[in-house]
Amino acid sequence: MKLSTRHLNAIEPLTKADIELIFSQADQFKEVLNRPIKKVPSLRDVTIANLFFENSTRTRLSFELAEKRLGADVVNFSASNSSVKKGETLIDTVNNILSMKVDMVVMRHSAPGACDFIAQRTNAVVVNAGDGTHEHPTQGLLDAYSIREKLGQVKGKRVVIVGDITHSRVGLSNIYCLQKLGAEVMVCGPTTLIPKYIHELGVQVEHNLEKALEWCDVANMLRIQLERQDTSVPYFPSLREYSAMFGLTQDRLNALSKDIVVMHPGPINRGVEITSEVADGSNSIILNQVENGVAIRMAALFILSQGLTRK
Amino acid sequence: MTKQVTLISNNLLNMMIQRLCKQLIENHKDFTNSLLVGLQPRGTFLCERIVAELHAMGVQVKHGVVDPTFYRDDFRIHEKPLVAKSTYLPENIDGMRVVLIDDVLYTGRTIRAGMESLMEYGRPKNIELLVLIDRKKGREIPVEANYVGKEVESLKNERVKVLWKNEGAKEDHVIFLNE
Repeated sequence: MKLSTRHLNAIEPLTKADIELIFSQADQFKEVLNRPIKKVPSLRDVTIANLFFENSTRTRLSFELAEKRLGADVVNFSASNSSVKKGETLIDTVNNILSMKVDMVVMRHSAPGACDFIAQRTNAVVVNAGDGTHEHPTQGLLDAYSIREKLGQVKGKRVVIVGDITHSRVGLSNIYCLQKLGAEVMVCGPTTLIPKYIHELGVQVEHNLEKALEWCDVANMLRIQLERQDTSVPYFPSLREYSAMFGLTQDRLNALSKDIVVMHPGPINRGVEITSEVADGSNSIILNQVENGVAIRMAALFILSQGLTRK
Repeated sequence: MTKQVTLISNNLLNMMIQRLCKQLIENHKDFTNSLLVGLQPRGTFLCERIVAELHAMGVQVKHGVVDPTFYRDDFRIHEKPLVAKSTYLPENIDGMRVVLIDDVLYTGRTIRAGMESLMEYGRPKNIELLVLIDRKKGREIPVEANYVGKEVESLKNERVKVLWKNEGAKEDHVIFLNE
């Protein structure tokens, strides 16, 4: 069993069998993470570079922990204190790092397709840790994995993704991943933050949060990405209005006829898309998502590393 | 062309398993501090059989499974990618007498990886090895079994495979393949 791709740049090209293979290995790594010695030596002769051209805390830490717990050597790079500031191009930066005998690259970049660009031009195995508004495949995988863990399976479940769908790489990866596993997906948010042709992906569109919540088994609340909304005309009048229309509150949960699972990929803007009460409440699996992130990333790196032949 | 013959029939295999169980009882007495561990993937079938046989003999024994995949020395060398299976140990193995169980002992490399995996869970008092088939001539590292069902002389192009009812075979038996 191996993945149908050499790199993990997106969920879109993966098959259902690929995703299930990653999940089955993540199960084993969850067991590893729960024992006294949380480390295996499988990748001890592999060097991984974490290239973060964009800010990150959770994803970067999660990848670094996953790499270290597989026994890999890790080098970290962040654009804020590098030669990128001096005008070096992306391919030059990456080639310089690769010439130091690096085998795998985990990359986050603000340009959609940046990881694919590197994958096509270097020999390294590339893992996308978020490329602009395109995809964030490991987040999509860990979200679906967390749903599987909580509800037993993903197939047949109804998942609503609420918020800034236009600027969200998490949203797109979630849509692909959940659909491949047989879930029904709905997106919900203000008209301005829902891409015009999103229905072509086979998702339902709803602009009323109450109706969306009543429909779903799982609500994945996305963050409003103010840093990507750099237009002179705002996408919605005010955060307060957004929160009133699309914020998940305990009252909205209480009004439902059933219990739903609440997710959030982080970082949370408490009081905007979700209240503290809900984020820390019994429906929330937000911290489980973070825990599962390490296991999923270990699984992905473990499987992808087998595409590197040992010299 | 692959030539295939039955090496050990179901009857003989049952007798071998009973003998192995009696040897275990002789050495472990009441099994209070003992743990049987099947090595994933194929050692688990033998482990299940032995646990059931001991049970029939009136002996209760704790048992678990260990997966050696993450500790293998051929990771990223084989054409065929490795896929890890589950590990489960019923309790802390510190100070326990562990019997590692696998179906066929050949190069000894899987056993080494299995032992390394096991040691990550604690410090057992000792580890013994029980195998159904010992392919004597194939050893690449110094690993020997404490309990052996049958020793088999074989060449590199030959294979010995134990087929289990629990994985879909008609009955438990051992075959010999010449490729």
